[in-house]
Amino acid sequence: MREGALARRLLIGLALTFLTLFLALPLAIVFVEALTRGWQAYRAALADPDSIAAIRLTLIVAAIAAPINIVAGIAGAWAIAKYEFRGKSLLTSLIDLPFSVSPVIAGLVYVLLFGAQGYFGPFLKSQGLQIIFALPGIVLATLFVTFPFIARELIPHMQSLGNADEEAALTLGASPWRTFLMVTLPNIKWSLLYGVLLCNARAMGEFGAVAVVSGKIRGLTTTMPLQIEILYNEYMGVAAFAVASLLALLALVTLAAKTFLEWRYADEIAAMRRH
Amino acid sequence: MHQFAIKPLLGRLFATAAFLFCFLVAAGGVRAQTMLLNVSYDPTRELYREINAAFIAEWNAANAKKITGIRQSHGGSGSQARAVIDGLNADVVTLALAGDIDAIASRTTKLARDWQTRLPNNASPYTSTIVFLVRKGNPKGVKDWPDLVKPGIQVITPNPKTSGGARWNYLAAWAYAERAFNKDEAKVRAYIANLLRNVPVLDTAARGATTTFTQRGIGDVFIAWENEAFLALAEFGADKFEIVVPSLSILAEPPVAAVDGNVDAKGTRAEAEAYLRFLYTPKAQAIIAKNFYRPRQPEHADPKDIAKFPNLTLVTIDEAFGGWAKAQPAHFGDGGTFDQLYKPGG
Repeated sequence: MREGALARRLLIGLALTFLTLFLALPLAIVFVEALTRGWQAYRAALADPDSIAAIRLTLIVAAIAAPINIVAGIAGAWAIAKYEFRGKSLLTSLIDLPFSVSPVIAGLVYVLLFGAQGYFGPFLKSQGLQIIFALPGIVLATLFVTFPFIARELIPHMQSLGNADEEAALTLGASPWRTFLMVTLPNIKWSLLYGVLLCNARAMGEFGAVAVVSGKIRGLTTTMPLQIEILYNEYMGVAAFAVASLLALLALVTLAAKTFLEWRYADEIAAMRRH
Repeated sequence: MHQFAIKPLLGRLFATAAFLFCFLVAAGGVRAQTMLLNVSYDPTRELYREINAAFIAEWNAANAKKITGIRQSHGGSGSQARAVIDGLNADVVTLALAGDIDAIASRTTKLARDWQTRLPNNASPYTSTIVFLVRKGNPKGVKDWPDLVKPGIQVITPNPKTSGGARWNYLAAWAYAERAFNKDEAKVRAYIANLLRNVPVLDTAARGATTTFTQRGIGDVFIAWENEAFLALAEFGADKFEIVVPSLSILAEPPVAAVDGNVDAKGTRAEAEAYLRFLYTPKAQAIIAKNFYRPRQPEHADPKDIAKFPNLTLVTIDEAFGGWAKAQPAHFGDGGTFDQLYKPGG
């Protein structure tokens, strides 16, 4: 029994040390570096037009990626969790593919498809459409890397729920759409929300895939992570860390939102887990 | 009961997202037009920031059709050329070497093959060269090229596959070795292989290599653009680093061109060509020297800026390597000497 307590303390201590060293400390340094020249310099760095454009672009990309991923994620998870069909395991692996493929490759395949020399390049040019080195390319690359998050959250949950609730609703005469809105969605809302938060965090933070398709045009196609690198490389440490701190703050807000919702709806979540 | 709780929550979430989206798109849509895009190589960030402001002021004072801004994109010269080939909508390209602009001309129909004859001085408004940056006091005693292959010396240089500066570095080392070993190719190759063995990390572009050396503190000697070396001294203070001038280096001519296909499609040819001609004016030549590049007309620059540039023996790409058309495939193409001689971790 005493040994157990010792082991527990050791493990907790170890975990805390690691978290402090590799998470809390670097995070704190971001804010310290950002504020080395004071509040005024920090505000000036964030007021730079290129940085504002980068913040706006990042929010736009996340705002487009999240709803698309919600629809696609629910559809994918539904198909896998509630139906039996041939090729189901293939679909499951496909959903996981973006986790195993390097983001740089995700970017490059879109260049190969939609770049001026790519398969659809001549057609897009004749239509006057720009995908790569513009917003659509950045959204595509972001969708690629964020797609699995929502589906991955939903699949195990929907599998454990089974079809009983939906079948009951349908038997009682509810339309399929009504069944989805009134039965399925409330059942999965927490896993859906976690998925959206994770997807959002990654969408705002993605560097590799976006770097390939961005063209790095300042003030136009640089997202916050790219802008941070640019500023750092231009010896503007304060500005780089100011933008970095904002990106970190967005992540912390996400975390806080999740924690708040968990606390506010604790009883509902507990009920969901008992299912 | 909790079935109904979902609707207001999700509904509000969607409404907020939709509102935010519309607001952001609207805010982005009201931007005025006539913007030029200058796709450049890595170290010119500070140079073009100053050039652009001067050019826009001059153009807008004289023309009814105003330029609202010049957008910049910076990266390794080779990667930037690749992006323009893949459809990056550059009005002008200002790259590290002619070979990269040649690649745009040969792989697309966007640029006339004779682009380099359209402006004076091989379309290069300034030159630069390759020098060594070492830590203060030169603790490893690096004096010249032979010191770079000594065991235990860490050399920083970017990847010549993506960086233009790295290609000048590589050819400068090669030109030195050819002279030192009297064109004995086996010895030249051994020298380059030994030099590459001392390189712990290949960054993709010049500025990344500069930060590796200056801010991360990796390496004993950094083979650098002269302008990057001076900028590092200016940024970090002369008490941190010093410049070592080798016995022989290469004359680097970073050229500029307006991308015909893009400027004609956008209707910006007049502005783009005026922008490039502006680089040759006394005002721009002075800015060029101030940013540590060697102006073509030094008489227009501040003599104090010119005095900084050391005199050294420079070979040219044409006399030592027969031009970029030959040097590019022989050394940096697939299976070229760099591929043969670079053994990572070896």
